[in-house]
Amino acid sequence: MHTLSLTQLREKLDAREISSVELTQHYLERIEKLDPELNSFITVTPEVALEMAKMADAAIAEGSAGPLTGIPVAHKDLFTTDGIRTTCASRMLDNFIAPYDAHVVEKIKQAGMPILGKTNMDEFAMGSSNETSYYGPVRNPWDINAVPGGSSGGSAAAVAAGLTPVATGSDTGGSIRQPAGFCGITGIKPTYGLVSRYGMIAYASSFDQGGPMARSAEDAALLLNAMAGFDRRDSTSIDAEIPDYTATLNDDISGLKIGLPKEYFGEGLDEGVARAVQAAVAELEKLGAEIVEVSLPNTELAVPAYYVLAPAEASSNLARYDGVRYGHRCENPKDLKDMYRRSRAEGFGEEVKRRIMVGAYALSAGYYDAYYLKAQKLRRLVRDDFLKAFEQCDVIAGPVAPTVAWNLGEKSDDPVSMYLADLYTIPVNLAGLPGMSVPAGLHNGRPVGLQLVGPYFSEAKLLNVAHRFQQATDWHRQSPELAK
Amino acid sequence: MSLSIEEVDKIAALAAIAIEEDARPAYARQLGRVLELFARMEAVDTEGVEPLAHPLEMTQRLRPDEVTEHDQHEKFQKLAPKVEAGLYLVPQVIE
Repeated sequence: MHTLSLTQLREKLDAREISSVELTQHYLERIEKLDPELNSFITVTPEVALEMAKMADAAIAEGSAGPLTGIPVAHKDLFTTDGIRTTCASRMLDNFIAPYDAHVVEKIKQAGMPILGKTNMDEFAMGSSNETSYYGPVRNPWDINAVPGGSSGGSAAAVAAGLTPVATGSDTGGSIRQPAGFCGITGIKPTYGLVSRYGMIAYASSFDQGGPMARSAEDAALLLNAMAGFDRRDSTSIDAEIPDYTATLNDDISGLKIGLPKEYFGEGLDEGVARAVQAAVAELEKLGAEIVEVSLPNTELAVPAYYVLAPAEASSNLARYDGVRYGHRCENPKDLKDMYRRSRAEGFGEEVKRRIMVGAYALSAGYYDAYYLKAQKLRRLVRDDFLKAFEQCDVIAGPVAPTVAWNLGEKSDDPVSMYLADLYTIPVNLAGLPGMSVPAGLHNGRPVGLQLVGPYFSEAKLLNVAHRFQQATDWHRQSPELAK
Repeated sequence: MSLSIEEVDKIAALAAIAIEEDARPAYARQLGRVLELFARMEAVDTEGVEPLAHPLEMTQRLRPDEVTEHDQHEKFQKLAPKVEAGLYLVPQVIE
């Protein structure tokens, strides 16, 4: 049952072959059995899930079910959930019961999807390996010695292991695409502003974007239909017509121009990953796409620019954790300043502290022009590179990451080497473009992700290309032993 | 490149984060590595390039100046570490 697509689950629910309660129970049992090893959930919510499943069954019985009614979902633990603990994988929010639903959670509730629980992640979404979580690392279902990627590592591992049919994630510098790639699932980071950030705990607000993580492009399209849409409570939400992302999945892609940025196939790219990505590109060519070479000359500067801008925004966003209104407060503060400083020292983990400090430094008097302003200028150059490339092609293809998943602990002592592993995903966030990760093979038994990037609001086109690719290949249907 | 211990203290003060004495050398080293990464930005001449603050360069939406939120202070204050008579309690600020 846990290997079926959302469309197949819909058919079974509508044909009354299975009830939402039974389906939800099935996933809860799998979580209970397999998650002690994977650690992909921070909080499991069986009562909430079963209650919502009962409501879904009632809706199905009375004929008012939508395409997702009764199909369970898991939310990354940075989406606030009314009445359910929302930790952002931080000790700071260990006891935080959110007082309201995120826009995304609200919409997915309206779609009738029972909430199985909240998935593990890097603390405050800062990390690329899911090792910075206060609740311990997540393990990759393909190999428990490997990291699942991050920051949405819990959502990726849970979907790959068949612990949930689909999950939400968020992507600030690659946090949907890279774990999707490492765990062999399909994920899409929409155009900045397509999915509301309301109730999505902020890391770097000019980058943060929520999106679906699923077993296929078709499943991702179905969940994106439920997530996207204008929300007045997010000041950068886009007020635009949202298409039905499933309507164009089968469109012919012959004649489509796919650009391969030469900077994405250079030094540092693992040979095994390069081979898998090139094979995937050849497959797209067989489907009628035309391959052209493009250039994104400022790619290498994207990583330093991002690691100035995102921590700068984080240092400001995370100033709210002061031990006054919610979150961790230290014992016996001697004065207000001591309370702030010790509450934050105890509540935040090492990587979060590092990024807040880096951000505070980059914004401080004397360094603002050299770091922050310089990085914002580079941000424009990186974006302009993409705009130029899209004059020559419709979609850009390349690897999601330079390597497959690394081993737990392998990079945790050297933050900068981990930052550099994000070099193919970060430019997309600087530009605010939509990007997705599509399973494209295995290397040393670990999944390889193909990245597709399109112009602003081209989600339907990306999903279309990914779907056609998945009709012609079966990489997305391969699953780790424990999901069989 | 490594930062000085004094610089680490200054940054920690800006960030309002207490750093243990013996953790400071590690921060000095790691923050130094991050600054080396930043130095790579100098390789590109950005003279005359307009900074980009937001990918879509949109202007902020305005809304009518009307009350849209209702009072939920009891619900919100349930989350607070210390509350008394509807007020958030913090250590004494004024003598």
